[in-house]
Amino acid sequence: MSEPLVIVGNGMAAARLVDELVKSSLGRYAIAVIGEEPRLAYNRVLLSSVLAGETGSHDIELKPASWWRERGVTLKYGSRVTEIDVGRRELKIESDESIEFSKLVLATGSSALRLNVPGADLAGVHTFRDTRDVDLLLTLAAQKKRVVVVGGGLLGLEAAYGLAKAGATVTLVHLMDRLMERQLDAPAAHLLKSLVERKGINILLNASTARILGESKVESIELVDGRRIDADAVIFAAGIRPNVALANEAGIKVNRGVVVDDVLQTSAAGIFALGECAEHRGICYGLVEPAYEQGRVLARHLAGREAAYRGSVVATNLKVSGVSVFSAGDFMGAEGSESIVLSDVKRGAYKKLVIADGRLTGAVLIGEVTDALWYLELIRCREPVARIRKDMMFGRALALAAKAA
Amino acid sequence: MTATDPALRAVGTTCPYCGVGCGVLATPDGKGGAAISGDTEHPANLGRLCSKGSALGETVALESRLLHPMIRCKGALERVAWSDALDHVAHRLQHNVARDGADSVAFYLSGQLLTEDYYVANKLMKGFIGTANVDTNSRLCMASTVAGHRRAFGADTVPGCYEDLEQADLLVLVGSNAAWCHPVLYQRMLANKQKRGARMVVIDPRRTDSASEAELFLGLKPGTDTALFSGLLVHLADNGALDKSYIDLHTSGFDEALARARQIAGSAAATALATGLPEADVASFFQMFRTTERVVTLYSQGVNQSAQGTDKVNAILNCHLATGRIGKVGASPFSLTGQPNAMGGREVGGLANQLAAHMGFTPPDIDRVRRFWKAPRIATHEGLKAVQMFEAIARGEIKALWVMGTNPAVSLPDADIVREALKKLELFIVSENVRHNDTVDAGVQVLLPALAWGEKSGTVTNSERRISRQRSFLPAPGEARPDWWIMCEVAKRLGFGAAFDFKSAAEIFREHAALSAFENNGSRDFDIGGLQEIADDGYDALKPVLWPLPEGGAPQERFFADGRFYANDRKARFVAPEVPALKTETSAGRPLRLNTGRIRDQWHTMTRSGLSPRLGSHLPEPFVEIQPDDANRFGIVDDSFARITTDYGQCILKVVVSERQQRGMLFTPIHWSEANTSGGRVGALVAPFTDPYSGQPESKSTPASIAPYEYVFRGFLLSRTELDLPDSIWWARVAVTGGYGYLFADNGDVARWSSWLRANVRQDLVEYSDFGGGVYRAASFCGQRIETCLFVGPAHDAGDWDVVKQSFAADTLSDEARAMLLSGRSSEGAASSGPIVCACFGVGRGTICDTIAAGARTAAEIGAKLKAGTNCGSCIPEMKRLIAQAETSPPPQQAAVG
Repeated sequence: MSEPLVIVGNGMAAARLVDELVKSSLGRYAIAVIGEEPRLAYNRVLLSSVLAGETGSHDIELKPASWWRERGVTLKYGSRVTEIDVGRRELKIESDESIEFSKLVLATGSSALRLNVPGADLAGVHTFRDTRDVDLLLTLAAQKKRVVVVGGGLLGLEAAYGLAKAGATVTLVHLMDRLMERQLDAPAAHLLKSLVERKGINILLNASTARILGESKVESIELVDGRRIDADAVIFAAGIRPNVALANEAGIKVNRGVVVDDVLQTSAAGIFALGECAEHRGICYGLVEPAYEQGRVLARHLAGREAAYRGSVVATNLKVSGVSVFSAGDFMGAEGSESIVLSDVKRGAYKKLVIADGRLTGAVLIGEVTDALWYLELIRCREPVARIRKDMMFGRALALAAKAA
Repeated sequence: MTATDPALRAVGTTCPYCGVGCGVLATPDGKGGAAISGDTEHPANLGRLCSKGSALGETVALESRLLHPMIRCKGALERVAWSDALDHVAHRLQHNVARDGADSVAFYLSGQLLTEDYYVANKLMKGFIGTANVDTNSRLCMASTVAGHRRAFGADTVPGCYEDLEQADLLVLVGSNAAWCHPVLYQRMLANKQKRGARMVVIDPRRTDSASEAELFLGLKPGTDTALFSGLLVHLADNGALDKSYIDLHTSGFDEALARARQIAGSAAATALATGLPEADVASFFQMFRTTERVVTLYSQGVNQSAQGTDKVNAILNCHLATGRIGKVGASPFSLTGQPNAMGGREVGGLANQLAAHMGFTPPDIDRVRRFWKAPRIATHEGLKAVQMFEAIARGEIKALWVMGTNPAVSLPDADIVREALKKLELFIVSENVRHNDTVDAGVQVLLPALAWGEKSGTVTNSERRISRQRSFLPAPGEARPDWWIMCEVAKRLGFGAAFDFKSAAEIFREHAALSAFENNGSRDFDIGGLQEIADDGYDALKPVLWPLPEGGAPQERFFADGRFYANDRKARFVAPEVPALKTETSAGRPLRLNTGRIRDQWHTMTRSGLSPRLGSHLPEPFVEIQPDDANRFGIVDDSFARITTDYGQCILKVVVSERQQRGMLFTPIHWSEANTSGGRVGALVAPFTDPYSGQPESKSTPASIAPYEYVFRGFLLSRTELDLPDSIWWARVAVTGGYGYLFADNGDVARWSSWLRANVRQDLVEYSDFGGGVYRAASFCGQRIETCLFVGPAHDAGDWDVVKQSFAADTLSDEARAMLLSGRSSEGAASSGPIVCACFGVGRGTICDTIAAGARTAAEIGAKLKAGTNCGSCIPEMKRLIAQAETSPPPQQAAVG
């Protein structure tokens, strides 16, 4: 008899975990996946492509229904889990019967933050998090609305780019002095800003939202410095918050996220968490790659094998508003490190490599990301780079040829 | 069928560089440039050209040219009309002469002036202003030969001709790196070796490329040439090799000369001791000389540039006179002159110790010239020779100086003092081609634009007494005028219009020819009376012709085989030379001797040759060569920097450690100046001691010290325009295809280069910085073309400039190439072809080494594959060295430049 294993959440982390599990411990678990979104798991990273009209909504599904079926996974989407009963090892599901579990995995992800400013509850204030948001935004864009996106991080830029591409007039306001400050240093952010501006998006930095104005729906947004921007809609993309309510209510230890150990187990035995809802060694990751790594570790652990997750070297490697952006490790260059920088504004290229103790410890790439994965590998393997230091900026092929010579 | 523009036909002219005087065919391209080839009909070169001559087409652009007269006004030079400039010059000269006498005025001329220009300058100064303070940069070049010739022959006569180099069985090169400095003649000598089996002896403190083909190399101690040739004279006397009847009939002074020779070097052993040579080598040389009837001794600056240069010349001439080997086919002493028209200047008499047309300051000569010129105030005594002339300027005795076509602030010894002296002048006039050089920048007050090579028209005389036309093939640019015209205009304003009413160069030439024949009747060697009636069209069409060419006579190829000399007694004089000794001594503080000289691909102070990218790529930086043991002793490392100090000045130079250098000696090239480098103005190092007869300075053995000079960073800059580099760095500028290249070294913070560059270039900047690794590289673009490219890095690894130069030369750079530019590696990942070895065909060292690695074992095989060495051939010794290196060791590493 297979052990019932339930995964709460039907996002990318859950899909990867299932994929790993069925490979490593086929038949050991009876897997059920319960997700709130009313559709098959999809690649959330590609939502902006959908918004930009570059990808169809259904083309971003991670696996077809048949894939789940063939692996015997019970899939319940559009279902909301309301409670975990740790003692009875049971989950309560809204408008449905409870289900039992032997092992439970929380993969509940995160939600978009809504700023706590006056007017935040007006009609026309949205977030950008899931396919439902995308549908809404596409409608706005189609009507050539004036949209203010609040937040100059990855999410905000994606939303702004998608909206602009879909036809909206977009202003992006960002609290900080540079875009994507968690991934980019100042020159990279500056270059990104100019590249994004070339796409017709108006960007305001050091722009703190004071309030949203409107009678019944959004009419404009006012900044702390008094500037006012007329708008038909406001999109909050100013950060995410791990979805921890379920765990919290169940008495599982929660900090910012659900606290897990090196095998992704929460404070409750047999209950695990991974992905954006989890907090490992004090870090809540907001990217897909750590979730995938966690998935691999957890699958091994659940298969009874030796496995440990020791944290991820975070890398961002994607197109932001049509611009290739890569960021990994200590991209700012901490005290005692040295930076190698190549910039070519006209070509829209900026590359920075951070070296500490003779090893590559961080990188930021804008525009030219051909060698991103090589840099990431160097950061992760901590191999000394002295011999390739003078050539590594110009790519793996050249550096390794020069090293061999 | 396309009609050929008649203006674009090939024009036969002569090369403006060394004294070989090669014929050049220049075909203007109608856009200000010209295609250059060797003139197969010119007897000097028969179609060959050296690397410098071949690259002449790269030097005729007008960017650096002075194109209108300028006068200093309230500190700054301002453009003025010709009439104002000429009035000013005449007025001020007149004022100076009236107040302080004619001897307060001086002309300093150039071996690059045409004979006609020289003639007018000499006539104006010596005949009309009334002083013999007319000297020339030939003083630095072959004045000792002139003095030696006059002492021995009674006239400044070159006895032989180029054909002798091909007819000799023994060629002795003394103090001559002909392979680099007279490449076309050197090739003629090599042809003789190959065809006739002639042997070659090279006598030089340095094992130059000329020695690479020699049967015997004598690396004697500096300044001991006289000992070697004294020993030779003794050997000839003691072994029955004298031509006694020639000595008896046609010479005087033999016994005294032989006695002195015995005193100096009475045997091969004594000679060996005096010269520092192995006795066997000395004996071998003596034996070769004694047993070879057809011997030509060729000598150049190693002999001339000495405080005993005249004695050295005479020590050589003594041996030829004693054996009667003079003026015979394949047997003669032969002076190789360094400048295109040093000989023409000598013929005119444009030197302070000559009057005119091979006449001196004897009363009959003075009288004759006065009558011919109808000169009101003819100079009656010798003037001041170059070094003394500038000393007189420094003392304030000469107050007005007119420099024409030369750069004394660079080329004279003790050049810092010279430069300071120039600043003291009340009147400082320069006739020039270029807007800037160290002399112009030393406070010139009147700057007059003269025609340059390719524009001016007249005659020059080469080392074998052959007069050739230099013809114009380009229009006169801006307001530039012939030098003779400028001087005639001043002469008219001084009230000498009747004597200077020349309408053309041909008219001047006729008067010059007439003076040479005036009351001559065979009493003077220089007689071209046969040309005094030459018509304008005959002058235009004049074929290269040897002098003498007396009226009604035929050109004469050789002198003195008949024993008829030009002293009053018609005899040659043996001269007993002084015991050889250098003018200076080394000491603990100055333990080395500094030798100076030319390099293969540059000319003088580089105002012309420096414009050619091809020529700039052979040796782009000023350097010092040092022998390996000395390098160890003084802690000097190859490819690093060193500071050279003498009692006169300092330079910081790139280091080349070389086995070819003699222990105790340093060598530096003379070409660099303040205009193109920060620390390589070598003239400032050179001692100003001169020969008592010739006034030629001892430029090749100044006591010096050397110390390592460390630079943390090196780099290079490529730019479409000239840029002012930051102060306090070491730099050298060189022409590169498409602009200017700067090689530099620096001890400052590497990060400052970023702000320096931003202050100097437009936007569209690509930057690469690894400040922790000491690296900064950047390039600015205009569209797809590089405007500026800067590489700075740690001294040992600053990047390969040859790769980047290729990208810089391109008009457009692809996106991929732009992305890879600052890697310093070619986008194909291939190595660059390296520093240029063959300048004629632009073949790099890397390419040649690859060909050697692929099996080529002779220069001819390399030539067959790459064409390298198949034109001027002056790179063949270097290719042979590369072959030898490849045979003894793995291929040399590509040296990073910068």
